[in-house]
Amino acid sequence: MGQIELKQVTKSFGDVQVIPPLDLTIHDGEFTVFVGPSGCGKSTLLRLIAGLEDITTGHIEIDGKDATALVPAKRGLAMVFQSYALYPHMSVRKNIAFPLRMAKMDSAEIDKRVNAAASVLNLTDYLDRRPGQLSGGQRQRVAIGRAIVREPAAFLFDEPLSNLDAALRVGMRLEISELHKRLETTMVYVTHDQVEAMTMADKIVVLQAGVIEQVGTPLELYRAPRNTFVAGFIGSPRMNLIEGPEAAKHDAATIGVRPEHIDVVESGGQWQGTVGVAEHLGSDTFFHIHNTGLAETLTVRAIGDVSLQHGDTIHLNPRADEIHRFDAQGLRIAK
Amino acid sequence: MARAVTTNRKIITTAVAWTIALILFFPIFWTILTSFKTEAQAINDPPLFFNFDWTLENYAVVQERSDYMKFLWNSIIIAGGSTILGILIAIPAAWSMAFVPSVRTKDILLWMLSTKMLPAVGVLYPISLIFVEFNLLDTRLGLIVVLMLINLPIIVWMLYTYFREIPGEILEAARMDGATLRDEILYVLTPMAVPGIASTLLLNFILAWNEAFWTLNLTAANAAPLTAFIASYSSPEGLFFAKLSAASTMAIAPILILGWFSQKQLVRGLTFGAVK
Repeated sequence: MGQIELKQVTKSFGDVQVIPPLDLTIHDGEFTVFVGPSGCGKSTLLRLIAGLEDITTGHIEIDGKDATALVPAKRGLAMVFQSYALYPHMSVRKNIAFPLRMAKMDSAEIDKRVNAAASVLNLTDYLDRRPGQLSGGQRQRVAIGRAIVREPAAFLFDEPLSNLDAALRVGMRLEISELHKRLETTMVYVTHDQVEAMTMADKIVVLQAGVIEQVGTPLELYRAPRNTFVAGFIGSPRMNLIEGPEAAKHDAATIGVRPEHIDVVESGGQWQGTVGVAEHLGSDTFFHIHNTGLAETLTVRAIGDVSLQHGDTIHLNPRADEIHRFDAQGLRIAK
Repeated sequence: MARAVTTNRKIITTAVAWTIALILFFPIFWTILTSFKTEAQAINDPPLFFNFDWTLENYAVVQERSDYMKFLWNSIIIAGGSTILGILIAIPAAWSMAFVPSVRTKDILLWMLSTKMLPAVGVLYPISLIFVEFNLLDTRLGLIVVLMLINLPIIVWMLYTYFREIPGEILEAARMDGATLRDEILYVLTPMAVPGIASTLLLNFILAWNEAFWTLNLTAANAAPLTAFIASYSSPEGLFFAKLSAASTMAIAPILILGWFSQKQLVRGLTFGAVK
């Protein structure tokens, strides 16, 4: 079991309120990702759930019980830190065993669980090494091992992959997702990387300045962003947001079109511009287009290798049913 | 490009370093040398370097006149006791200052250090009165407490500096893993800070060993450590340089040997965290 409920939670540091009153329910077994730009309060929110920071007002309930005043150790949650936070003076085995030792578990059971966790995480050969002798990816797995041996009610991840290189990051992303499928334990995951959020989450919570902008499944957020902030934040490359007369044509203050929803045509498109930078990825081509009269830069994703170069004129057709409309406050206008 | 250091420059710096080291070491060397001379040779003019009759007589006399082992034992108990007591108090203090600082933490640290600026003699009278009142005069316990208090600011400062180098996330991880505050300090913080704690222990032991103001003023016969042992040879009966030197050599020998064997640890500890 691992249902986490935040009720009217606020957090202030001195006079600065970083989390205005916030309500959120994280259901048992769900993979929830907090995503937002740096400084949006997502890590603070995670630390409030962990108990590493005291909430200023409000309540936190874990499995229906008030956990507001509980110390971190009593909340039954395990956390994986950005810096791994391994104990450098202990072997991998002792690192993983540490929470069990603190729980006064008997040593036979500790050994059993540590070995089981090590085999799941491919760490069996490294059990007697120190963290300093491991690579970044292995260290991250030790940190995860230390979290899973406790069989916690929920896992908390604080940007766990941001110290890894790109290739490892993709691998670890899969491993964590697989771990979630197998354990079916609640996971709360903080990241500033919306790709991680989109690929891993059952539910994404988009935060800005401590305020929840939208909660939903990755595809809900992608298909129906509630406002221009979410529209711009979710999706890569980011959505083109266009204001002015072009938006007015659609009875909106702002319209948004994702780069993949604009078709490149030979001639006579609705929009025209000059190719600034063309990024050829083979499978796709990203065009950054200037002089459209719509926005400073328009990004377009074309399937395959389209051979337009810098300075060429490009003709574009947005797909009418994929245009998102927003009002003057930046809120979504229903279709 | 790496900085080019010419051979000449190397020779000059080496020579300068050795000269300074020898000048610093000379008084100790001279004391040791004098301890092997007779009293007459000790005050000979011009001073004698190696061309004298080497004798162990001074050591025999010193040992005969006073019980060296008793003073040595007192020094060990007082320096060791004040160091251990100090570190037990300083670890939690430094923990709280390093990991849960308040807005006043910096002020407290400076205030603690400022107590070192007070001339010791300024508080001699009140402390003597307290000692009389609590029957602590000429007791090892009394000196342990006083020396601990005197060196506590330095211990807290040193530990605070070392603890600041330890990432807070590791302690938070311990908290998430179910460690109590005691577990956190005992199993995570202390083992990680071992180099720092060791050099703090060493330095404090040396400071307490050499402390001469309080040990001389608050002891008579029972609790007198080696500082009092030396002082007893600079007596009003006359100048006995050779015996004084022998007593001094015997007093500084243990700490000199300890310092020699632990110098690596000491240097490592004192520069801990200077280079990441």
